Amino acid sequence: MSNLENLYREIILDHYRSPRNRGELATPPAHKVEGFNPLCGDEVTLYLDVHDGVLADIKMTGHGCSISQSSSSLMSAAVKGKALEDVHATIDTFKELMTGHEVALEEHHDVEVDLRRLGELAALQGVVKFPVRIKCATLAWNTLRQGLEEVAAS
Amino acid sequence: MATGARVTSFNARRVRADVPLLRRMVNGRRITYLDSGASSLQPRAVIEAMSRYYELRHANVHRGVYQTANEATEEYEGARAAVASFINAPGGPDEVVFTKNTTESFNLLAHSWGASTLTPGDVVLVSEMEHHANIVPWFQLRDATGIEVRFIPVSDDYRLDLTKLDELLEGVKLVSVTAMSNVLGTKNPIGELAQAAHGAGALIAVDAAQSIVHGPTDVRELDVDFLAFSGHKMLGPTGIGVLWTRASVLESMPPFLGGGGMIADVRLDGFTPAKGVARFEAGTPPIAETVGLHAAVRYLEGLGMDNVADHDHELTVDALSRLESNFAGRVRIVGPHDTKDRGGVISLDVEGVHPHDVAQVLDEFGVCVRPGHHCAKPLMRRFGLAATARASFGPYSLKSDTDVLLEALEAAISMFG
Repeated sequence: MSNLENLYREIILDHYRSPRNRGELATPPAHKVEGFNPLCGDEVTLYLDVHDGVLADIKMTGHGCSISQSSSSLMSAAVKGKALEDVHATIDTFKELMTGHEVALEEHHDVEVDLRRLGELAALQGVVKFPVRIKCATLAWNTLRQGLEEVAAS
Repeated sequence: MATGARVTSFNARRVRADVPLLRRMVNGRRITYLDSGASSLQPRAVIEAMSRYYELRHANVHRGVYQTANEATEEYEGARAAVASFINAPGGPDEVVFTKNTTESFNLLAHSWGASTLTPGDVVLVSEMEHHANIVPWFQLRDATGIEVRFIPVSDDYRLDLTKLDELLEGVKLVSVTAMSNVLGTKNPIGELAQAAHGAGALIAVDAAQSIVHGPTDVRELDVDFLAFSGHKMLGPTGIGVLWTRASVLESMPPFLGGGGMIADVRLDGFTPAKGVARFEAGTPPIAETVGLHAAVRYLEGLGMDNVADHDHELTVDALSRLESNFAGRVRIVGPHDTKDRGGVISLDVEGVHPHDVAQVLDEFGVCVRPGHHCAKPLMRRFGLAATARASFGPYSLKSDTDVLLEALEAAISMFG
């Protein structure tokens, strides 16, 4: 598979064309948080419904490239309905995937476990070979973390 | 000052052969460089002039008495004279200030001329199609001094809307506009704007960053007061730019950066600035870069800027017509379709494919285009866009570059379609 085909896997294109959990939630009770990538103009707005230590619902709006939008969509599907500690663990694992170099990934003894835990999200690993696109992939995740921190602080 | 006296000859294939970087392979294919709007590539003559300078003549300028120091100074001042001649400056080299780039030129203009001349309520009239370099320094000045920054709107056909120009010129002290949009490719009627500005008692500054390499620039004919451009967009190196200012205006401008080289005297109670352009060039300047710029100017004069403009026009007409016929309804051209007063900068909005994804797929074909807002966010907002993918030509571009662009665009569309 070429780097390009590895980057734009079918699952990514699918989430780009048909994003999951698209829309808004009433605020309050949901918490709204916005993320921007000033370099390329990508935007993501997340609506987080957190109660009893669970991310009960998540919706999002925004626009951007296939990587940023599919990453948001994949993320929403992966974290919706999860306990907050699992959500944080998923964020950590995903960010590790994005920061890990190829070699580190190959040598990392937990890689198999990590990829399995990431499920469909593992499709985004091709992004690592395109350093300038990593910020596209991580935009939604950084925004989610910020939103959860804001919820925790309020 | 013998503009036009040189024998010129233009052959784009020969120009291409002069540029070493165009031989590079990217992803298994010969590079197709369509990002000259961001930065042009250098012919060997420029690279070698800079190497020769470092190998044989480097010393600090305007200081030493020894042989190489004199030669370095001659090189530096020779570049200034070449630039003055290239733009037909009425006052010659004494009107040419070297800066780092167009952005620094506009900052110098705002901080020196602007801050010393403008008072609260005075208006600087820019346009909606400006690069941030010709917007942000004026906003900074506005925030510091209380001037007003006003915008000439852009019409739906991607041209300056000058229908209400008289009204817009009310209270204006400076009109500051681009000669050619770095997003739309639109060439603006600078002569007409200069006449209107002067008629309203205002001066006019021109952002020539794009236009400088797409056709001839004659500040006398345009009758403008300031002209800003960068070396690296006209086949020269990065790190060198120009602010040309009409001598009568330049005399009244205070220094902006202080330090060595810009003074006539420094005492314990203060300093006296140097006369002329030296007072704007504090610190050791980018000497080798001016040597490179000089070589670029010579090279472009050898091609003939009229020939360069004709070539650019031919490439633009060809690319626009092929884009329209091959991709009707799938690719929107964000810029004038009318090729009159339009240069070889072509912004594309590909249906259903984000510009970053377009550029990523194009890279697989060795095609270099720029995705993004091109430092013109007010303009992007005007057309409801977050970004475009922009292809831009240089004197070394060929129709075969457009062939590869079209092939790669087809692949991008089918991948995401």
